[in-house]
Amino acid sequence: MPTTAPAFSDATASDSALRRFLFGLPGVDAVGLEARAAALGTRSIKTTAKAYAIDLAISMIDLTTLEGADTPGKVRALAAKAVNPDPTDRTAPRTAAVCVYPDMAATAAAALAGSGVKVASVATAFPAGRAALDVKLADVRDAVAAGADEIDMVIDRGAFLSGRFLKVYEEILAVKAECGPARLKVIFETGELSTYDNIRRASWIGMLAGADFIKTSTGKVAVNATPANTLLMLEAVRDFRAQTGVQIGVKPAGGIRTTKDAVKFLVLVNETAGEDWLDPHWFRFGASSLLNDLLMQRQKLSTGRYSGPDYVTVD
Amino acid sequence: MASAFEYAPAPESRAVVDIAPSYGLFIDGEFAEAADGKVFKTLSPSSEEVLSEVARAGAADVDRAVKAARKAFEKWSALPGSERAKYLFRIARIIQERSRELAVLETLDNGKPIKETRDADLPLVAAHFFYYAGWADKLDHAGYGANPRPLGVAGQVIPWNFPLLMLAWKIAPALATGNTVVLKPAETTPLSALFFADICRQAGLPKGVVNILTGYGDAGEALVTHPDVNKVAFTGSTAVGKAIARSVAGTDKKVTLELGGKGANIVFDDAPIDQAVEGIVTGIFFNQGQVCCAGSRLLIQESVQDEVLDALKRRLSTLRLGDPLDKNTDIGAINSAEQLARITSLVETGEAEGAERWSAPCELPSSGYWFAPTLFTNVTQAHTVARDEIFGPVLSVLSFRTPDEAVAKANNSQYGLSAGIWTEKGSRILAVANKLRAGVVWANTFNKFDPTSPFGGYKESGYGREGGRHGLEAYLDVR
Repeated sequence: MPTTAPAFSDATASDSALRRFLFGLPGVDAVGLEARAAALGTRSIKTTAKAYAIDLAISMIDLTTLEGADTPGKVRALAAKAVNPDPTDRTAPRTAAVCVYPDMAATAAAALAGSGVKVASVATAFPAGRAALDVKLADVRDAVAAGADEIDMVIDRGAFLSGRFLKVYEEILAVKAECGPARLKVIFETGELSTYDNIRRASWIGMLAGADFIKTSTGKVAVNATPANTLLMLEAVRDFRAQTGVQIGVKPAGGIRTTKDAVKFLVLVNETAGEDWLDPHWFRFGASSLLNDLLMQRQKLSTGRYSGPDYVTVD
Repeated sequence: MASAFEYAPAPESRAVVDIAPSYGLFIDGEFAEAADGKVFKTLSPSSEEVLSEVARAGAADVDRAVKAARKAFEKWSALPGSERAKYLFRIARIIQERSRELAVLETLDNGKPIKETRDADLPLVAAHFFYYAGWADKLDHAGYGANPRPLGVAGQVIPWNFPLLMLAWKIAPALATGNTVVLKPAETTPLSALFFADICRQAGLPKGVVNILTGYGDAGEALVTHPDVNKVAFTGSTAVGKAIARSVAGTDKKVTLELGGKGANIVFDDAPIDQAVEGIVTGIFFNQGQVCCAGSRLLIQESVQDEVLDALKRRLSTLRLGDPLDKNTDIGAINSAEQLARITSLVETGEAEGAERWSAPCELPSSGYWFAPTLFTNVTQAHTVARDEIFGPVLSVLSFRTPDEAVAKANNSQYGLSAGIWTEKGSRILAVANKLRAGVVWANTFNKFDPTSPFGGYKESGYGREGGRHGLEAYLDVR
């Protein structure tokens, strides 16, 4: 079973030790955090920098479909798009992953075999996470067995909000153990955590428990990824690497729809965590409609003209 | 994806501003040459390119401007407040309409980044005119009794660090209260005041109510010592402020002085560290540190000193220094060669006295006046860099162990303009703020300005207040 980073083994010795550790983290001043995120949002990214950012953003997308109405056909179409996003321009990079429910993982894995595009699967009773641990672990096991390279788990927000931090921590540990070779993304559902201090604490619980990625949200609630909560999580992974040498990825998810927004997030990465995170291995966008806007902007840069929604695929 | 995320240049267009090859003095509603025909050049600190040639006012010009202001005073002060408000509102709106033009102009003439002129200076300039326009017809309710009277002609001398904003701080309350003004902008940044003169004409402001004299210190001296000036307002160095105080002593002139500072920015161990680091950066590197209320003395609680310093150095390494017209520039040029020499010399003194210097690793452009963001550690209260105002992007870092020690060190200065407190504990903010001898104390923020908030200093940072209701008093007869 994986264990806590050695530097912090004391922090997770007991519920009260973990609480003391989390409450000893520096506070977050909401006004200052949001002002910083907004200030970075005014960076003006043009020409070559924009072209670079667009291709980087495409390569960081977890192309996602998480609907009750998903069908194998839809998943295969999405997989085809992930491998070859722009049929009119084969130089467009492929996306990082296709993200589906566990029951679609096998379909996605078959469709993506040999492409290099990863299969991500939201296990652990996504999106509410309200199931027994055994059920969640079985969910993870199924997804991994079906070929998922990455597992996106949701934390138990009920336990977190009632102060049972060790329970949250132990559950992540257990899921991580079940992942085997798959990388684990831990979803906090920041919109439900309510305060920035809570988001920082959740980030640290996730990192201490061995998450490979920390992820803002499921995309299923009103408030998902924002520049401010992503900035905060970037600060957390930056601090964690400074103290432990372990690098952890960040994935904002939900609500990022335009190229302009995506570029703002990349500026946050560049100026907060730094260049090392400007890589699909360490930063992802959980998005579906974002890709088409990126592709249209990409076409605009290469042709000098706007094309329109009929010049990108609708899958 | 191996290459770094290099931001391509994103320059703001210069085409929005039309700078004439030469400008005259603005006296009695007209532009005119100086009586003795003298001129001087103003240049762009980031490129050393000459922007324009402006008239250099002498004593005769000062006298002419004061006479014009005196004549205009009779009618202007007799207008109902609501009429004066109309002019001020009109000026405020024109400033908003022309804000992009003025922001580019200010960046060219001053060297500060367009990001700051566009997002900080110009919105505040307009806000000051709007705010005091609102007071013009409510002076009876300002707490100075019924029908408080204006003083007469105000002689105003402003610095080069916030040329248009300091103009607004001076002119808006003066006009709202019924005074007329003669204003002398700094010799390195005369252009925005001349554009403001044009705005006064555009707004149909009666002739002589606002007069602008571009020139050097001699013109400023002639202005503040002119016998027919009733009120002197000065923002600038403590040395000049003292000279002004001496020259008006014994006269019945009313004076406000807004002088130097050496603001203490106090970071307690329970501070929100990431936001405190941002606040430290805003505190000292805003406008290249050329801010009288800059948080130039950083006091960090010993237990978090290393953590904060590491975070600060990392953050400073991401500051982007260069072309001020580029929208992505964080640090622009130093205003003048003279100021750059002063900063350089004080930094050398700091090194010679044994403080440890660290400068952000950024490349400096080959032309223009530049200084990399710099901080000094191992600083003590006895060091020159902890005592003297440097007026540049140079931060002195000291540490403390207890809140009492922080307050004692913060107050141990000949200045008292600003201070900052960083802590998550509300009661500590109130307790410490009450003990700090500074005109402004910011909590969990720094360098935030608002026209409704009074601003001014203790000790050698000057006297009188500008801004807010308090700012009216300086222009009213409340004796």
